[in-house]
Amino acid sequence: MACKGANMEFFLQLLVNGLSVGLLYGLSALGFVMIFKSSSVLNFAHGELLTIGAFLFLVLVTWARLPIPFAFLITLIGCFTLGFIVERLFLRPLIGESLIYVIMLTVGLASMFKGLLLFVFGGNLHTYPDFLPEGLAIHFGAIYVPPVYVASSIIGIIFLLLFGLFFKYSPQGIYMRSVADNQTASLSLGVHVKKVFALSWAIAALVAGMSGIVLGIINGTNVHEISAIGLKVFPVVILGGLDSIGGAIIGGIIIGLLETFTGGYISPSLRDVIPYIVLVFILLVKPYGLFGLVEIERV
Amino acid sequence: MTNNILLQLNNISVVYSDVIQVLKGVSLAVKKNHIVSLLGSNGAGKTTTLKAISGLLKPENGKVTEGSIVYDGMSIQNSAPETITRQGIIQVLEGRQPFKYLTIEENLRVGTATRWTRPYKKDIEMVYSYFPALVTRRKALAGYCSGGELQMLVMGRALMAHPRLLLLDEPSLGLAPLVVKEIFRIIKRINKEQETTIILVEQNANMALQIAHYGYVMENGKIVMEGKAKDLKENPDVKEFYLGVGAGGMARSYRDVKSYRRRKRWL
Ligand SMILES: Nc1ncnc2c1ncn2[C@@H]1O[C@H](COP(=O)(O)OP(=O)(O)OP(=O)(O)O)[C@@H](O)[C@H]1O
Ligand SMILES: [Mg+2]
Repeated sequence: MACKGANMEFFLQLLVNGLSVGLLYGLSALGFVMIFKSSSVLNFAHGELLTIGAFLFLVLVTWARLPIPFAFLITLIGCFTLGFIVERLFLRPLIGESLIYVIMLTVGLASMFKGLLLFVFGGNLHTYPDFLPEGLAIHFGAIYVPPVYVASSIIGIIFLLLFGLFFKYSPQGIYMRSVADNQTASLSLGVHVKKVFALSWAIAALVAGMSGIVLGIINGTNVHEISAIGLKVFPVVILGGLDSIGGAIIGGIIIGLLETFTGGYISPSLRDVIPYIVLVFILLVKPYGLFGLVEIERV
Repeated sequence: MTNNILLQLNNISVVYSDVIQVLKGVSLAVKKNHIVSLLGSNGAGKTTTLKAISGLLKPENGKVTEGSIVYDGMSIQNSAPETITRQGIIQVLEGRQPFKYLTIEENLRVGTATRWTRPYKKDIEMVYSYFPALVTRRKALAGYCSGGELQMLVMGRALMAHPRLLLLDEPSLGLAPLVVKEIFRIIKRINKEQETTIILVEQNANMALQIAHYGYVMENGKIVMEGKAKDLKENPDVKEFYLGVGAGGMARSYRDVKSYRRRKRWL
């Protein structure tokens, strides 16, 4: 009996961890999907955006010794601005060029950012000071949810709600969706398509930076490791459907759960492999991903 | 007299991809509050003419290489669409092109892009007053609407911007005759009540000339004929080629020597 109870607790523990990590993957994938939807660009520098967020936070917290909430806010603003600047400096001159050049450019950006980060921080593991109050942890019977998972879930849900409202109701959100839907028609109505591209890069960098911070809290920050986690965006978005924002979130949660359950029940060394195997099987059945838009063909 | 003119194309040439010349010296003038109809067969360059005005040539790698487009005293050729739309020129694209994954109401809200800080509720009511059929569909995704509803939607979407000059590209394309009648009635109403100047590109010359004040006929990238709408309607060439009424009651035939000669004269 006791054993069964422990099993149940272990299961629930994994479930909670998987959900909160998955939500994080989903959020960071949301940024990736937004760029793809508005401009059809696959951003191979996505993992580096996460890393930049994590290290910016590290600098502000450990070197500049700013108060945590302040450092968090500045990191987000910094990432948002960086997204704008990257679009302006690197992507905009390529508007109208063949997409493959633009995608290769993001590959170049990735190595540039990674090189810079390695130059400044080296390849070692850095850690943030322990700042999350233990009071944030949730004890539920024998289930213990560490503060960082609670915090990341709360932040994740808040951001999700904010983005949901933004896309559904705000004018800019609606313009962004219109550009994703039909660029020529958006232009004909005076939508500033270039501003929409810039905004999607800014938002993508912001959510990526936020995910980077939380991953840094969970695992510590290491240039190679976080940028590798950033690449999980590919299974996530392929699973969810490249062009579906809701799909990105759900794809993220599925990958997060698969990982933690594989790590918990099968073997920690398999946790990074199983998700890809499952992915292949899902894609065999649903080639557009679980939630990929099936073209409305009525028109 | 000249300040009566809202838009003037002076001998413009348009080239796509630096090599494909499509317009070869097109001139036309559009008076304030007029409906001007632009007729012509497939590939004549009607859509290209509209895109030259609205700035939408650019994304297609097209350019006005010669001549000028003067709107309200300003030269606007080759300006960006973001600039031109903010001067009050809105084009309704050929083939409708709704935002399929947005609802009808969200589609309409995109029409406020040129002035997004201002409230939009009143404008939506205004659009519904012209297109009451949209009201019941307001929460539906545009991708699932009928062709007639979509034509109303894209015209309504353009009206949201309160255009001074509205460019309509084949609004009747593929619609049932009754719906076409309704659409043209509304175009006329918009022209009168909103004081919107309209350029109307049409294959349906008969309907277009009924509501237009003035008309131009294009062939092969050139204007080959122009005149008051009611004169054009009586013109034997227009009758024969665009209204489908054969001269002298005979069935129209392009092999007919006389019409062949007439055609030639236009080229
Ligand atoms: N982006 C483009 N690149 C190259 N050629 C083009 C492009 N768009 C149009 N053309 C060519 O320009 C010519 C005129 O096209 P346009 O669409 O202006 O004609 P139209 O009068 O609107 O015809 P329709 O009645 O069929 O709509 C056609 O021969 C077309 O092939
Ligand atoms: Mg056309």
